[in-house]
Amino acid sequence: MTRVFISRDMASVALGADAVADAFAKAGCEVIRTGSRGLFSIEPLVEVETDQGRVGYGPIGPGDVAAVLDGSHGNRLGDVAALPFFAKQQRFTFVRCGIIDPLNLEDYAAHGGWQGLEKARAGNPQASVDAVKASGLRGRGGAGFPTGIKWQTVLDAWADEKFIVCNADEGDSGTFADRMLMEGDPYCLIEGMAIAGHAVGALHGYIYIRSEYPFAVATMRAAIKRSAHLIAPFTLEVRVGAGAYVCGEETALLDSIEGKRGQVRAKPPLPAITGLFGKPTVINNVLSLAAVPFILAEGAERYAEVGFGRSRGTMPVQLAGNVKHGGLFEIGFGITLGELVEEIGGGTASGRPVRAVQVGGPLGAYFPPAMFHLPFDYEAFAAAGGLIGHAGITVFDDGVDMAHMARFAMEFCAVESCGKCTPCRIGSTRGVELIDRIVAKAPREAGVLETQPQMRNASRAERSHNEEIGLLRELCDTMKYGSLCALGGFTPYPVLSALDYFPEDFGGEPALADAAE
Amino acid sequence: MAEAADIQAAVDRLMGAMAGQRGTLLPMLHALQEEFGHIPAHAVPIIAEALNLSRAEVHGVLSFYHDFRDRPTARHVVKLCRAESCQARGGGAIEAAMAERLGVAMGEESIDGKVALEAIYCLGLCAIGPNALIDDRPVARIDAAAVARIAAEVTA
Repeated sequence: MTRVFISRDMASVALGADAVADAFAKAGCEVIRTGSRGLFSIEPLVEVETDQGRVGYGPIGPGDVAAVLDGSHGNRLGDVAALPFFAKQQRFTFVRCGIIDPLNLEDYAAHGGWQGLEKARAGNPQASVDAVKASGLRGRGGAGFPTGIKWQTVLDAWADEKFIVCNADEGDSGTFADRMLMEGDPYCLIEGMAIAGHAVGALHGYIYIRSEYPFAVATMRAAIKRSAHLIAPFTLEVRVGAGAYVCGEETALLDSIEGKRGQVRAKPPLPAITGLFGKPTVINNVLSLAAVPFILAEGAERYAEVGFGRSRGTMPVQLAGNVKHGGLFEIGFGITLGELVEEIGGGTASGRPVRAVQVGGPLGAYFPPAMFHLPFDYEAFAAAGGLIGHAGITVFDDGVDMAHMARFAMEFCAVESCGKCTPCRIGSTRGVELIDRIVAKAPREAGVLETQPQMRNASRAERSHNEEIGLLRELCDTMKYGSLCALGGFTPYPVLSALDYFPEDFGGEPALADAAE
Repeated sequence: MAEAADIQAAVDRLMGAMAGQRGTLLPMLHALQEEFGHIPAHAVPIIAEALNLSRAEVHGVLSFYHDFRDRPTARHVVKLCRAESCQARGGGAIEAAMAERLGVAMGEESIDGKVALEAIYCLGLCAIGPNALIDDRPVARIDAAAVARIAAEVTA
């Protein structure tokens, strides 16, 4: 019987992979559902097992079964791993994703699974923490805080119980690496969490997954059940979010697990000291925890030898939006933004010129092609007034209206604000109004307040366009420095970068090309 | 139907099933909504009593999270992604077309209760947008033809 491999990743299913799998099953093939390889322009992808290894075909529809099985189909790709998109990658974390049956324990073990946990448990907790420290791994959720330092704090904290929490509330538009990993290689995350448990002395862990990811929830739950005996005495539990973006913020996430409104806590105390249920808690992103099995199994040096500056190891970059070859591209830090967008991504899907890319989700800055020389590195992006975030890159062609995108950033912040701090809760709404006035060229006239006799120093003249822009910048400044968490604090990034690089969309003079450098 | 007695029975059963779990309010609300389709206001005191919380705490959580509803939803729900990556792929035009085809504005429900159009912010299918969940089934690369197909399907 011919064995064929077809992805069951949510993206593949959304493109019709289920119908394709059914068609192959009807034709008498043994269909193995895998995770996604991570290149969506070739999905639904079918890989047929042959004497020469797997031969890929894609995209494939349900009517293409016969042509695929006799090898005559025009979309024959050959060895998928040899395609330039995959050959250029350095897959440390995603090495198994798209290749193995996600829930098959033998598959996982045969592809190097559980070696990291075995090595960790052969040593003392401090040795595991030291390995993570030596690897230089930094939090992949966006903040980039050294994971090893966080673990050390929890290890050193005295408590009757401690927790491991995995932040799988991947709400940023343009990112899907967490989802792909949980659907395509769930045991990798489980192993990473078990290692974390061993390293800091925690016996129970929670994986908080957003409700928009039903496939990931189902896969993780099944994987936890099947691997329980392998990670014991460590235990795991999935918690499902309820549509609140702000719960991706770590302290809001902890409150949500506790059964409260997902509101941000003031820090300090840090979650590493007073976290879930008031106990010391390691809270890490999916990608941080999933990088740990490799670090333990292959050695910290092997991980740290890849990278750029203080950003060590690999980053699963996600190419999204209006991009020709969108997907997951895991590579060492240091590759430039331009290489990622133009060479790997192949430019826009619409064929029009790239006008802007947003890096790091809804709270990330918009960069024009003039900034494509930027190396993918936490410090380089911070210096350029942006952030790497969760490494999602959303590409826009020249049809984009950047004032509209800036308004959307404020609107999104208003919808998703947890309401705890004023700059975020109210500033975002005022920001929407302000951008509307700027775009409509309808500056605000003196209102009831300004015409009160006691307000004699207030300006009664209509604000000029530049004054309105100045006010928007001031508002952004207040939100940036006055908000409790990154939602209100980082919403200014997309707004200000749109304003700086694309002033013409706000009715101003175009930015000079060299001024953008 | 979500009569108080039915909710009480479900809560009692869930309390047994969730014994030993901490922070049970969200899992409880998810389970109730799964069973009844929504969480009516008269469920609040029942849940509060069972979990030893105040009614305000339960109401606060219910009203905080976008997913929880206090009324039954339309028979078909189209959740269309409004986030940046889908916008970059023409999501704005698709949103307008979908609203027109379905005859409901974004965030509204048709008067006959047949179909609702809801905004969702990111399904994690960002390279193949615009995307939607049609009654929890993911659909990608929505174009004008797909809008017509989806509208015909859910309004049938």
